[in-house]
Amino acid sequence: MKLQEVKDILHNGLWKQNTGVVQLLGLCPLLAVSNSVVNAVSLGLATTLVMTLSGAAISPIRNFVPNEIRIPVYILIIAMLVTVVQYLLNAYMYSLYIVLGIFIPLIVTNCIVLARIEAFAGKNPVLPAAVDGFAMGMGLTAVLAILGGMREIFGHGTLFSGFDLALGDMAKGWVITVVPDYHGFLFAVLPPGAFIGLGLLIAGKNYLTLRAEKKAKALKAPAANTVTA
Amino acid sequence: MKRLTKATLRTALNLLFFSVIGTAILAFTFNLTYELIAQSEEKAKLQLINQVAPQSLYDNELIKDSITVPASAQLGTEQDTVAYRGRLKGQPSLIVLEAIAPDGYSGKIAMIVAISYAGNITGVRVVTHKETPGLGDYIDIARNQWINLFAGTSHQRYGEDEWKVKKDGGQIDYMAGATITPRAVAKAVHNALHYAEENRASLFAENEIDTKGASKQEAGTK
Repeated sequence: MKLQEVKDILHNGLWKQNTGVVQLLGLCPLLAVSNSVVNAVSLGLATTLVMTLSGAAISPIRNFVPNEIRIPVYILIIAMLVTVVQYLLNAYMYSLYIVLGIFIPLIVTNCIVLARIEAFAGKNPVLPAAVDGFAMGMGLTAVLAILGGMREIFGHGTLFSGFDLALGDMAKGWVITVVPDYHGFLFAVLPPGAFIGLGLLIAGKNYLTLRAEKKAKALKAPAANTVTA
Repeated sequence: MKRLTKATLRTALNLLFFSVIGTAILAFTFNLTYELIAQSEEKAKLQLINQVAPQSLYDNELIKDSITVPASAQLGTEQDTVAYRGRLKGQPSLIVLEAIAPDGYSGKIAMIVAISYAGNITGVRVVTHKETPGLGDYIDIARNQWINLFAGTSHQRYGEDEWKVKKDGGQIDYMAGATITPRAVAKAVHNALHYAEENRASLFAENEIDTKGASKQEAGTK
């Protein structure tokens, strides 16, 4: 696997085909758990782990699975991996497991996982498949983290609260009170805050993409002129 | 026809093969983790119980000394629940009950209530609830200290009619913005206290064997 290939896959997952703001797949957890940074990042990382593992697990068997039953087999493997992750979280990060609760099993039904398997892992060798799962997962995690941060600041006036749930007592001092004596803004904490926050993120991503395109055109145009001249 | 059967069988076997592998991996992980999971669940439970039951009030292994409390309208429970019994030098001293307030603003509010042998509530904690974030969720200790006002309450302190929020003419403080939630909690805590008083004999029994005495007694009083 060449370096350029890795770069392309990463660029695709993190920016160009970002699941959160471009493909708009996997919105269920995006909206539900993104009310604080710690919830958002934890579920994002759990999803990334499942996507990396499922990419790596399904790619080597892609030639042995009959085409007609590939979806049941893929789902079976994804469900198995999610359950394994759930057991491990429950055993080693109990308080985080309590926080994420129902959303861990829901990773099975997150369409982004199956979508990447169908679109990528089912057609590519192991290493690129794993990297693709990782990149797509990280792209989702990044969007979740930004959305979680926005909603936490507007909703509670804090940032990074509750990290001790995930990392133990050492993270207790991580909380940043952005707005002191804040009374909370319920709207940001409830689902509408997630929808509007995501809308703003998509708009921001589109703006940046358009600007980059314009710049690229502006660079090309003079170059073309010199050729014709 | 024969070809179809063969193809079906081959596909089924293929699927079976993956199921077996998946199940094996799951079984392995389960085996690896279930002890740890049980341990952390017990630890979490004990941590919660310790918030309501002062450790000076019991010296036994409370989590292992439990009785089954049958479903009761007074406790708001629809299934058998587990109550933990604290003992001090072998004498019954404390009971930790599960209670459910059925009439929260959005659904049930599950809590645990610890009541001492003398009939004092030593503490209450909300375990699960779906109250509105920012409004009714101050019953949760993670949000507010409000729930601690029940610690030390008893029928000696508040008369029969005083277990209501102040708005309804009772003694229980509440916060502006949400009255339905604290009203439901206060009512459920009061009912749990009644339950403990009426079932004293079985809840504070001397023996350490799991008895279903509470159910008999309740059936008897009806």
